[in-house]
Amino acid sequence: MSNLIKFKIDGKECMAEAGKYIVDAAADNGIYIPTLCNMKGVKPKGACRICSVRINGRLMTSCTTPVTDGMEIESNSADIQDLRKSIIELLFVSGNHFCPACEKSGNCELQALAYRYQMMVPRYPYEFPTKPVDASSPRIIKDQNRCIFCKRCIKTIKDENGRSYFVFRNRGHKLEVVLDEEMGKTIDSATAHLAMENCPVGSILVKEKGFDTPIGKRKFDKEPIGSDIKL
Amino acid sequence: MENTVKQIVEKYNSNRNRLMDMLIDIQEGEGYISRDAIATLSQLLDMSQADVEQTLSFYHFFSTKPRGKYAVYLNNSPVAYMFGREAIKEAFEKSAGVRFGEVSSDGKIGLFDTACIGMNDQEPAAIINNMVFTRLTPYRVRELVKMMKEDKPIEELRKESFGDGKNYLPSLRSMVSSNIRRKGMILSDDYHFGTVLREKLPTLSPEGVIGEIKHSAIRGRGGAGFPTGLKWEFCRRAKGDKHYVVCNADEGEPGTFKDRVILTEKPELVFEGMALAGYAIGGEEGILYIRYEYRYMKDYLEEVLHKMRKEGLLGTNISGIEGFNFDIRIQFGAGAYVCGEESALLESLEGKRGEPRDKPPFPVEKGYLGYPTIINNVETFATAVRIVQNGGEWFTQFGTDDSTGTKILSISGDCMFPGVYEVNWGFNVEDMLDMVGAYDVQAVQVGGPSGTLIGPDEFHRTLGYSDLSTGGSMIIFGQQRNLLRDVVVNFMEFFIDESCGSCSTCRNMTQVMNNKLKKILAGKGVPNDLKDLQEWGRVLNASRCGLGQTAANPIISSLKNFRHLYETLLQKDKDFDEGFDLEKSVQASCSYVGRVPVFNHH
Repeated sequence: MSNLIKFKIDGKECMAEAGKYIVDAAADNGIYIPTLCNMKGVKPKGACRICSVRINGRLMTSCTTPVTDGMEIESNSADIQDLRKSIIELLFVSGNHFCPACEKSGNCELQALAYRYQMMVPRYPYEFPTKPVDASSPRIIKDQNRCIFCKRCIKTIKDENGRSYFVFRNRGHKLEVVLDEEMGKTIDSATAHLAMENCPVGSILVKEKGFDTPIGKRKFDKEPIGSDIKL
Repeated sequence: MENTVKQIVEKYNSNRNRLMDMLIDIQEGEGYISRDAIATLSQLLDMSQADVEQTLSFYHFFSTKPRGKYAVYLNNSPVAYMFGREAIKEAFEKSAGVRFGEVSSDGKIGLFDTACIGMNDQEPAAIINNMVFTRLTPYRVRELVKMMKEDKPIEELRKESFGDGKNYLPSLRSMVSSNIRRKGMILSDDYHFGTVLREKLPTLSPEGVIGEIKHSAIRGRGGAGFPTGLKWEFCRRAKGDKHYVVCNADEGEPGTFKDRVILTEKPELVFEGMALAGYAIGGEEGILYIRYEYRYMKDYLEEVLHKMRKEGLLGTNISGIEGFNFDIRIQFGAGAYVCGEESALLESLEGKRGEPRDKPPFPVEKGYLGYPTIINNVETFATAVRIVQNGGEWFTQFGTDDSTGTKILSISGDCMFPGVYEVNWGFNVEDMLDMVGAYDVQAVQVGGPSGTLIGPDEFHRTLGYSDLSTGGSMIIFGQQRNLLRDVVVNFMEFFIDESCGSCSTCRNMTQVMNNKLKKILAGKGVPNDLKDLQEWGRVLNASRCGLGQTAANPIISSLKNFRHLYETLLQKDKDFDEGFDLEKSVQASCSYVGRVPVFNHH
């Protein structure tokens, strides 16, 4: 038996292997903590902050914090759930997310989280920013209106030399995730599809063919996000 | 071009971690970083072009477009405005014939805004080709522009006398003034540099050094206040083939300039402190990470290091202690406030974007290049020398129980004598204002924009980690100032510009809240807006780093302590105003399509 430790989430006794990230350890114990920028098996970055939990009075991201013995984690309290909802709303108002017209509708994790958190109208005013769409690559469309800067494509979509196809540009409110102009010209079909799949929203789309799976039969059309862990 | 880039890459051994240095060299040589330069660089370093750009585009002083033969960066902090920035800006634009954000058509003069350059005690100030020009007046600006148009070398633009203190030294030749108004143990002249390394260390073990530091109870002087002794101890104990000592001289908090003064007047003390720390934690390499705004100090600081090497205070077997090897290199930033956050600083040191890291692991375990690293403020290293010289016990007689020792304050704004004051912790704000000759004060910004804005009813409070904690920035605002319009909005825009953008909270919430503040300032506010601002600000607590967590402080703290300023701006008779004028918008839209609007008022 490997090194098992005990910890608590919202008072519930849990067990996990030492060193596991809280978000995975929680899932092993049937507790769902929402994530957006996180991907299993990929080094986390704690960018979206939606998986924030409270430990010793401090907010920590559960995708980046390893669980330790005796740790007491607060996840399901009203203020933390409201924080998560706030973050979802912030992401909606700071981009241009028009779900009905988006190829990712039903497969989109941001949309799915908005449903799960019962977002009706964001409490924040929409910013309606003007953002470009980069369609210069023969295979990929990078729609900046929908990007939520999760970094998933940056971390996972690389060429054989380990060079990233996608990178950040600028900073702060001017931040963008861009596709390298040269590399975008030669990206192969499999990599392009993987990029689209890894994108939690509809910011990376493969050109020429869409709606392979009809609306209504998509990932989150039947069950809310996180249902594989807990309804 | 290709050859120049090649030489630069070779100069840094094709080491990707030195990308910042390469980009600085290209930017300084060519005035910008061209597409060709990026292509060559990416090829030589085996990176994608976009990857090079992702570092480049993070930093304010790097540009892919020419910035002009003379690139003028005019500080835009509130204090600059208080001392006439508008007139200076106008004088620059008029005489150069170009607007801010642009370069003149002949490519000679570029005008740019820049965040606080650490000259708040001598504003308005600007950086032109790495040389700092302070106390600008419209006349002086016209004179400068005339000389630029005549292609005069930058040295010839230097018409004023050199600043006080060491600013006259041949390797510095700076017009900046140190403005030291009050000396304590750090700024005093009664310490002979090298005494601790030469005389004390041979009698003390590394654990002994850490023991003295712990006993002194000194806490980090950068603002966060972590106990220095503990940090050094954790790092000493952390496993790693190498240990690093990093000095944080990024000093980007608007209104802070004391590190500039310490590095000008007492650089030897700082470097000695770094060597001392190297001895304590078992590290052989030190790096001074210093903001690009202080590039004018480069030759001077290199000269000091050179001298210390010659005197045997840096190098191998220092003070005859077998195996005590230590040396220091200087790393410049390139314009990013967030790099003052220690883990962002490490990323920048490694040639990357200055995005803070997730913690844990902390830098003492995994820091520079993954090795255990201590990162301390300039002032902390300088203070450590005096502690080891006189003992931890001696140090505790200064200051208060929870805040021992002295603190160097950077005081600016509406007062008679702006400058640097070294005081014992426990000083109260009232005394501070009397000390600097500040009368009829409306508010004091303690600790910079990320700190607190306090009014007269809180001037009895004292400076210390348990009351008013501060990294040293104190900005005084007189009654004549419009706090919301001229201070709070300026600080919010500073945070919006300086956020790394990584966290959804800091990237977006600063903007959302600032828009709300502007709505209130435009006379469209309703009582509920104040409630919103208060509640929304809490979301920022979920941000990764200190910048994000405090990025709404200008609003939150002014709302708490100057609520009346907000309330007088609110509409009394309304409880909802979306800040959007429907009739006006309908009229505008109708005018485009040639229709006549009809409004039914009920």
